Amino acid sequence: MAQLIAKGAEADLLLNPDWNGLKALIKVRKEKKYRHPELDKEIRRSRTLFEANILHRVKAAGVPAPLVYQVDPEKATIVMEYIEGTKVRDVIKDLSEQEKIDMFHEIGVKAGQMHRGGIIHGDLTTSNMIKTEKGVVFIDFGLGEVSSEVEKRGVDLNLLHRMLTSTHYEYTDTLFTAFTEGYIECFNGEAEDALDRMREIEKRGRYIERE
Amino acid sequence: MRMVRQICLGIESTADNLGIGIADTEGNILANIITTHVPEEGGIHPREAARHHAEVVGDTITKALDKAEITSRDLSFIAFSQGPGLGPSLRTGATAARALAAYLKIPLVGVNHCIAHIEVGRLATGSDDPLTLYVSGGNTIVTAYESGRYRIFGETLDIAMGKCLDTFAREAGLPYPGGPAVEQLALKGEKLIPLPYVVKGMDLSYSGLLTAIIQEYRKGTHSLEDLCFSMQETAYAMLGEVTERALAHTGKPEVLLTGGVGANKRLREIVGEIAEEHGAVSNYVPIRLATDNGAMIAWTGVVAYLRGVRTPIETSFIDSNWRLDKVEIPWRS
Repeated sequence: MAQLIAKGAEADLLLNPDWNGLKALIKVRKEKKYRHPELDKEIRRSRTLFEANILHRVKAAGVPAPLVYQVDPEKATIVMEYIEGTKVRDVIKDLSEQEKIDMFHEIGVKAGQMHRGGIIHGDLTTSNMIKTEKGVVFIDFGLGEVSSEVEKRGVDLNLLHRMLTSTHYEYTDTLFTAFTEGYIECFNGEAEDALDRMREIEKRGRYIERE
Repeated sequence: MRMVRQICLGIESTADNLGIGIADTEGNILANIITTHVPEEGGIHPREAARHHAEVVGDTITKALDKAEITSRDLSFIAFSQGPGLGPSLRTGATAARALAAYLKIPLVGVNHCIAHIEVGRLATGSDDPLTLYVSGGNTIVTAYESGRYRIFGETLDIAMGKCLDTFAREAGLPYPGGPAVEQLALKGEKLIPLPYVVKGMDLSYSGLLTAIIQEYRKGTHSLEDLCFSMQETAYAMLGEVTERALAHTGKPEVLLTGGVGANKRLREIVGEIAEEHGAVSNYVPIRLATDNGAMIAWTGVVAYLRGVRTPIETSFIDSNWRLDKVEIPWRS
């Protein structure tokens, strides 16, 4: 029997230890009563389809992600591989300086590969990265997009940077510098454009100190 | 030792409102007079707004002192909104504040306008540690206190919610500000017209929605009621989603809705449902304290002053880009 393991803001996550012999995660996008029913249905349906599609594509870019076992857009449900590990968000504080740098370098490399492969994550936060024995795995592509636009890459990076500033404020610079190095390393040429755009997007925000 | 009651006069002048508020160190709001510059056409013209503020500031201060039944000699210090906002408006308020402080020989306290919205909201509702959703003509921010500062978890990537409503309202010939007029018409709307729903993590974007709704309006195929209904349903659902994400992320026990757009009943309903779902208490700031006003500046001046914050006149420059997460919050640490 599937068991509820997490209630996210958007979806319930259930674990089925024996889904046709596989340990599977079932992601159900919950109905939101505060949204107009038509709008709600469309948002849940399209995000479910998109996520399944992107989970497939991101692997083609060489970035590990959960395997998709089954998709039901009408019920806004995806059955996928269960990734064993801990959220990056929760492990950061227990890591040494060097381990932090190494992990964010690796995250940078993977984000670079993902962007190079034409995938935008859409919610690149440390809660959506799982530290496993074999390295970091990105999850939750629910707000993802297929795009190679510099603008969208910049928004993706801006989100991560903002997240590091609000939640991991003690080490924002260390983490982001390591990330940037990894990102540039595997994505040379275009990485700088995306990073420049990120800085530009930051300045578009409200009340940013301008030079 | 019993603390001697002290009184602060606060000047708000970040945009089209010139507000004078008076608060004391016991948490009483003694006066809150708001005057608004209404442009003859179009949106706020910064220079015209500043001219309006300069014209009315003297009389408004007198009115506030009368309302509080005190004289200027009863004041212990002066607070003013130092940013963020429109430069000319801010400079006008700051000039009045400096003059008053220098004349009365009392201290001056510069206050961040966004922080003031949160602090007066906490005072007015009794909310202790809320996730704040601050939605107005100039700001759309999801913020909460964490280790010495208010951290911004989500915000608009382009225009503010209120700006989106105002610009559409102007295009559709509705009165300014746009929120109340759109809300009234939306009550009679039924059909949901698809509009861009843009949430990126905990951030959101309204510029695409504004462009799309103006295009739909110009096409003339939908009733204005349906357009307003669809705009509210889409825009407020976006706010609901980022609020829900931030609530799940921070685990705060309360939600505080403030800013002028916070008066909207549909938005309140959405925020209330989300808070309930997450076991949090929702609080709504009364409109006179949720819109731009002087009382919030006076009260935030009080809490800052009591923790030693002073702004010498020589360094009391305004900062029109002063982000709220740059401000140290000693009174909560």
